[in-house]
Amino acid sequence: MSALTFSLKTQPAQRVDLSPLVPQLLQGLSIADIAAIELQSGKAKLRVDELFTIEGDDTQNIIIKNSTAKLDFIGKELENATITVEGDAGAYLGIGMKSGTIKVTGNAGLYAACEMKNGYLEIAGNTGDFLGAALPGNKMGMKGGTILIKGNAGERVGDHLRRGTILIEGNAGDYCGSRMTAGTIAVMGNTGKYLGYAMRRGTLLLWNAPQLSASFNDCGSHTLAFLPILFASFKSLDSKFADASVAFNRVQRYAGDMAEIGQGEVLVKL
Amino acid sequence: MIINGVTIDATFAEAFPMKATRAIITAQNEKWAMIAAQAMTGFATSVIACGCEAGIERVLSPEETPDGRDGVSVMIFAMGGKSLAKQLETRAGQCVLTAPTSALFAGIESDIKIPLGKNLRYFGDGFQIAKKISGKRYWRIPVMDGEFLAEATTGQVNAIGGGNFLVLATSQPQALAACEAAIEAMRKIPNVIMPFPGGVVRSGSKVGSKYKTLNASTNDAFCPTLKGATTTDLSPDIESVMEIVIDGLTKEDIDKAMRVGIQAVCDLGADNGIRRISAGNYGGKLGPFHFHLQEIMA
Repeated sequence: MSALTFSLKTQPAQRVDLSPLVPQLLQGLSIADIAAIELQSGKAKLRVDELFTIEGDDTQNIIIKNSTAKLDFIGKELENATITVEGDAGAYLGIGMKSGTIKVTGNAGLYAACEMKNGYLEIAGNTGDFLGAALPGNKMGMKGGTILIKGNAGERVGDHLRRGTILIEGNAGDYCGSRMTAGTIAVMGNTGKYLGYAMRRGTLLLWNAPQLSASFNDCGSHTLAFLPILFASFKSLDSKFADASVAFNRVQRYAGDMAEIGQGEVLVKL
Repeated sequence: MIINGVTIDATFAEAFPMKATRAIITAQNEKWAMIAAQAMTGFATSVIACGCEAGIERVLSPEETPDGRDGVSVMIFAMGGKSLAKQLETRAGQCVLTAPTSALFAGIESDIKIPLGKNLRYFGDGFQIAKKISGKRYWRIPVMDGEFLAEATTGQVNAIGGGNFLVLATSQPQALAACEAAIEAMRKIPNVIMPFPGGVVRSGSKVGSKYKTLNASTNDAFCPTLKGATTTDLSPDIESVMEIVIDGLTKEDIDKAMRVGIQAVCDLGADNGIRRISAGNYGGKLGPFHFHLQEIMA
């Protein structure tokens, strides 16, 4: 079986909701059935074959070629399957994904991996605001799994993060880790203002000293035993995080946000 | 059967089913990992009165431990899952949590999980932090020397306790030297522990007693000072008998440990005062697992 491949023919005029093109909904359908699926694009509904040429038959392994930032909801609630996006992805990439793998060779838009439950999501480029966050009004963001961003991330990374790991090789924007309940966010580059704003628990692991709010208290420098185990878990990734030379176990620990319950921590490499 | 002048009795050791677990203790160096391990496996020679049988399985190199530090693997055996969990928790809490620089990890996989750091976390008084890494949950408990890291659970497996053999010698020093040689060889075998002091027990027991309150008492048939006073199993030249008890995860593990142990004793041979190898055979009263000495040494 070869991967089910959707190659975008032309740039769509409006944004397109790609949530029907997920493995769990395509299982058992013929190419003709898939071609006839209607996708919402602005006010219009477009047949899949109006936008894409379709090849292959393995619905558990989907490739989206020539992808653009107008294709939203790719991999919505993905279960036990693989999606590869060649190009950019739009907003809500991997929203609520339950398991499996999503890889994007370009950039991704807003709310990537928001409310993700488990699995692995990798973006080779940059990503927009609210990575791994909760949808507006919801209280629980990402609940499990791993996100790897090789470029930079926007603002509000891990807003309301509940569990799971977000790894960012580049920089993260303002309010990184805001309102997080638990989980881990690691940023190799720089972080913006209001780091960990109103975070309750969880860990922000940084390679560079951040600009911290007054509501974070210095707990001193420490050697922490869990860090080697955490770094060892990154070894299988195709990432700078897998490189043993970037690992460390000696950190400056800041507790916060003291304006909240103050059980979160910012760990900065020493 | 005679090996190097040592008679191997046509008898079998009786063993019984137990529940077992393994934990890995790491520390700043081997010295402190060993101190924690010795504390955790202390007063755990026999389920008769200790609640469990525990021992150090082996020293682990930094490459073999989860956190890349020196470590020691310990195994605990108990008669049931509940008592095993209770013993593990109290020993981890009082002996490992308290030991400087230590960390505690699961040492065995199983579908049945028992708490390791899961309940110890409450010592953190609300400051404890959970981390789920690669599907495993760890607890970081703040303590005065830094942080105590403990994996939430470890596995519980079915196991066998009470594998044994007796070394019959013409003098006490010779019996002990033979047992020391056996223990040295047996400690290289994985999945087994010899829970008695130094691996050797000099007070082997029989099932039952003349006193109603006791369910075990001295094995008078093998007591050399009673040769003329009871129905003895000893010839006149035997002056000392020592026993090695083995708990293991499987029958094959105990077979292997008994084989290398008995072989080490036999290597010393009759020239060093070793006369016979026998076993604790209680006529089927003790347990369903039988380790036939001559089959093991065949």
